[in-house]
Amino acid sequence: MVTWKQICQLDDIPRLGTRVVRSVAGNVAVFRNGEDQVFALHDKCPHRGGPLSQGIVAGSVVTCPLHSWKIGLENGEAMAPDKGCAHRFSVKIEGSSVWLQID
Amino acid sequence: MKKQKLVMVGNGMAGCRTLEELLKLAPDMYDVTVFGAEPHPNYNRILLSPVLAGEMTLQDIVLNDLDWYKHNDITLHVGKKVTNIDRIKRRVIAEDGTVADYDRLLLATGSMPFILPVQGKDLPGVIAYRDIADTEAMIEATRHLRHAVVIGAGLLGLEAANGLKLRGMDVTVVHVADWIMERQLDKPAADLLMKSLEAKGLKFALGKQTSELIKGESGRVAAVRFKDGDAIPAELVVMAVGIRPNFELAEKSGIYSNRGIVVNDTMQTYDPRIYAVGECAAHRGVAYGLVAPLFEQAKVCANHLSQFGIGRYQGSVTSTKLKVTGIDVFSAGNFMGGEDCDEIVLNDPAGGVYKKLVLKGNQLVGAVLYGDTADGAWYFQLLRDKQSVREIRDHLMFGQNHVGDVGHAGQSKAASMPDEAEVCGCNGVCKGSIVKAIKEHGLFTVDDVRKHTKASSSCGSCTGLVEQILASTVGGAYQPAESKDKPVCGCTERSHGEARKAIREHKLLTIPAVMHFLEWKTPNGCASCRPALNYYLISTWPHEALDDPQSRFINERAHANIQKDGTFSVVPRMWGGLTTPTELRTIADVAEKYQVPTVKMTGGARIDLLGIKKEDLPFVWADLGSAGMVSGHAYGKSIRTVKTCVGAEHCRFGTQRSMAMGVKLERMLFGMWSPHKVKLAVSGCPRNCAEAGIKDIGVIGIDSGYEIYVAGNGGIKTEVAQFLCKVKDDDEVQEYAGAFLQIYREEGFYLERTCHYVARVGLDHVKKHVVEDTENRKRLHERLLFALQGYEDPWRAAVEKAAVRREYQILEVA
Repeated sequence: MVTWKQICQLDDIPRLGTRVVRSVAGNVAVFRNGEDQVFALHDKCPHRGGPLSQGIVAGSVVTCPLHSWKIGLENGEAMAPDKGCAHRFSVKIEGSSVWLQID
Repeated sequence: MKKQKLVMVGNGMAGCRTLEELLKLAPDMYDVTVFGAEPHPNYNRILLSPVLAGEMTLQDIVLNDLDWYKHNDITLHVGKKVTNIDRIKRRVIAEDGTVADYDRLLLATGSMPFILPVQGKDLPGVIAYRDIADTEAMIEATRHLRHAVVIGAGLLGLEAANGLKLRGMDVTVVHVADWIMERQLDKPAADLLMKSLEAKGLKFALGKQTSELIKGESGRVAAVRFKDGDAIPAELVVMAVGIRPNFELAEKSGIYSNRGIVVNDTMQTYDPRIYAVGECAAHRGVAYGLVAPLFEQAKVCANHLSQFGIGRYQGSVTSTKLKVTGIDVFSAGNFMGGEDCDEIVLNDPAGGVYKKLVLKGNQLVGAVLYGDTADGAWYFQLLRDKQSVREIRDHLMFGQNHVGDVGHAGQSKAASMPDEAEVCGCNGVCKGSIVKAIKEHGLFTVDDVRKHTKASSSCGSCTGLVEQILASTVGGAYQPAESKDKPVCGCTERSHGEARKAIREHKLLTIPAVMHFLEWKTPNGCASCRPALNYYLISTWPHEALDDPQSRFINERAHANIQKDGTFSVVPRMWGGLTTPTELRTIADVAEKYQVPTVKMTGGARIDLLGIKKEDLPFVWADLGSAGMVSGHAYGKSIRTVKTCVGAEHCRFGTQRSMAMGVKLERMLFGMWSPHKVKLAVSGCPRNCAEAGIKDIGVIGIDSGYEIYVAGNGGIKTEVAQFLCKVKDDDEVQEYAGAFLQIYREEGFYLERTCHYVARVGLDHVKKHVVEDTENRKRLHERLLFALQGYEDPWRAAVEKAAVRREYQILEVA
C-alpha cells in the first residue's frame, strides 16, 4: 500500500545536505538542493552499495563517498559513462514539512 | 531572435571539434551547415594507420556518426566540395551548385599531400596517404600486388610502410635524407628505430632521390628510378613526403593567405566574418600538422564564435609519437640542440634504449626518447611550462619516477607492455581495456580515459603510464593537460592559483561569493571544487570565513573515516604516540560496549577502532572524551600525527628528547587544516627510528640541536624529505616547522601534498621565506598560531551541541 509519511521539517535537512530515514524499505537518503527542492533515493549506490546520503550534493547530483560515482537526484541514474540506477522514492514539501512516500 | 547561420567548409577533426566546443558553449546560437568533400562523416584521421595495419576497422574510427549531425540539427553535405565563397553576398557555392548563406563562415579545409613533381606521378598505383580512399586503395593493393615503395620516411611514411608490411607486401622505404624521421629524431635514435623496423622486415633506401616512376606493361607503375640510376620494382608507390595547407579556396576568394590562411590569436581571418582552424590555418607563420594544436585552436575559435570572447590561441609546442605497435619513440622541441645548448645523453644500443635531453640554461628545450618513453609526457610538460630544472638537473635523465613509484611493478614501457599487463593497480585495469576504450570511444585526454576505465582515478600513480598508452594509441593527438593553470574542475575555467588570489585580494568570505566573483558555470559547484574553495576560505580568513560542513568530504564532516560498508573508523589522538593505562582501558571499554569488530594499530602509532555505525559516533566520542581523549583527525586534510622514537628520555643513543619534542609539535598543530594531510616525525638521533626521512616535516635530533627536513612522502611515490636547515632548540623547531606549514597552507593548492607543493615552487623559494627571512618566518608562525587559536575538539562539539549532533541522527518513520 502506498502511504505518505511525514519525516521532518525542511529545516532539519541542511541546504545541499542530506538526512537518512530508516524505513521498512531500507534506508532512504533525503536530499535538499540549493533551491530547497527535496529528492529521495535508496541509500545505496548502484556501484558498490555506498551510502549516497554521505556524499556531497551539488546542483542536482550527489557524489558517492566511496568511489565518486555521480548519481542524479531526480532519477537515481548514474552519470555517464557509469551505468546504474538507485531506486527513487517520491518526496514532497507541504508547508514546512517534508513527506516521503513509502511503498 | 533569429538564429545566425554558421557554415563550415571541411568536415574533419579540427572543424568538428570546433563545432563540439561551440555546441557546449552556445547550443542554440547558430543554424549550422557543414560541407565535406569526402563521402564520410568526421573520422579520426590519425587512426588510419591502425586501419591499414589491420588493427582497427573503418567503423572504429568514426568520431561523429550521422546521428550526431542529425541530433544537433546540423545540415550535412557530404561528398560536396565547396568551390566558391561569395564574400559580398555571404554565401558558399559547392561543385554541384548547392548554395548556403552564412553570417559566420568557418574554414577547416585541412591539408593536401605533397606530390613529388616527377615523371609518372599520375600513373595508376601511385597514391598519397591522406584519407579513407587512399587507405582503401592501399588495402586493395595488398591483396594482389607484391612490391610497395613508400617515398618519405616521416611519421606517416613509416606508419604506411608498417601497415603494408603487416598486410604481406614487400616494402621499401625510400628517403632523401641520411636518416629516417629527421624532422623528429636525431641520428642515433633514428638508427635504433631503423634497426627495429628492419627486424620487422622493412627495407630502407636512404639518401636516395627519386627521379622517375616507370610505367609497366599493364599501364600501372612498375618501378621507381633514382637520380643515381638505380631502380627498384614497385607496383604500389605511396607518396608520404609531407603535407601542405589547403588554402586554395580561401586564396581564390581573396582571403589573405601566406602558406596557410592567415589568422590572428582568435582564429579570425582577415575577413572578420570568416574563421579558420586546423591544418589550413597559418597562425603566427605556422601551420600545424598535428592534431593536438588543432584542438586548442578549436577551443579558442568556439569561444569567439559563441561570443564569449575570452580565449587566445598563442601557438603550440608539439611532440611526436610514432604509432607502430611495439615501438616506443618520442620527441619534442629542439631535439638537435645547437649553440648555447647542453645535451644529456644515455645510449644503450644493445638494450635498445636511447635518450637525449637538450637544455638551454636552466630549461629543458628538447627531448628524444627511444625504447623507454615513459617520461615523455613529463619532459614535454617541463618543456612547455618552461620550468627551471636547475634543482633536478642531476637526476633529470632518470625520469620522474626514479624513486619508487609503487603499484605497477616498475612497468615503464607502455607500447611494449602486453595487453593483459595491469596498469592501474587500484582498480585492476589492464592495458588492453584502456586501449580498447580509447579506440571505441575516441578518447583524447587522460581525464576521458579515467572516466571510462577508472584507470588512474584512485591513487593516480599510474597516470604517467596511462598518458603513455594514450599517446601511443592516438599518437600526435595526445596533448598533456596544462599543469600550471589547470582549471579547478569542470565548473570553472579558473585555476587554483586564481581562486586563491581572488579570495585573498578581494576578501571573499563565502563559497557563493567566490563562485559569483569568479563566474562559476554551475550553481553550487561540485564535489571537487567546493572542498577546495572551503579550504581556501578558512585558511585565508581564519575566524572570519565560516567553515561549510556541506562542502566537506564525509570524513571531515563526520570526523571519522568512512569504510567500504558505510561504517566508520575512530582514531583517538595519542600525542606523540604516547598513551596511558587509563586511555587504553577506556578504549578497551568502548570497543566492548559498541562491539567494535576490529581494533588495530595504525601506521601513525595510535589505535584504530573500525566498524562503528555513524549514529553511535557521538556516544563513542563521549566515552573517549571522559578519559580526556580527543579527535585524532585520521580522516582529514589536516595534521595527522607526529611520530616519535623513544629518544633521549630512555634510549642509550638518544641525543634529543624526541617524545617531548613530538608532543609539543602535535599540540601546537592540533586542528590545523591543510591542502592535504600532513605527517610529522621526530627522531632523537640520526639513526632515525621514527622514519623522519619520508614525512612532510622530519625532525632529527643531533648533538647540537635538530635538523629539519621537509616535503618527504612515504605513500604512492616515495619522496625523500629534503634538508631545510639546522636549528638549535625546541622553540626553533616549532617556529621553523610552523612557518613551513603556514607557507604551505597559504600557497599550496588543494590536494597538493608538501612534496608536490615544494616541487612546484622550488625549495629555494621555501628557504628564502622560511629560513633566510627571519621576520617573515616569525610572521608566518604567528599567522599559524592565530589560525589555530581557540580550536575546539570537533568530537566534543558533536557530544555537546544538539545542532552538530543532527548530522549523526537517523530519522525514523513508523
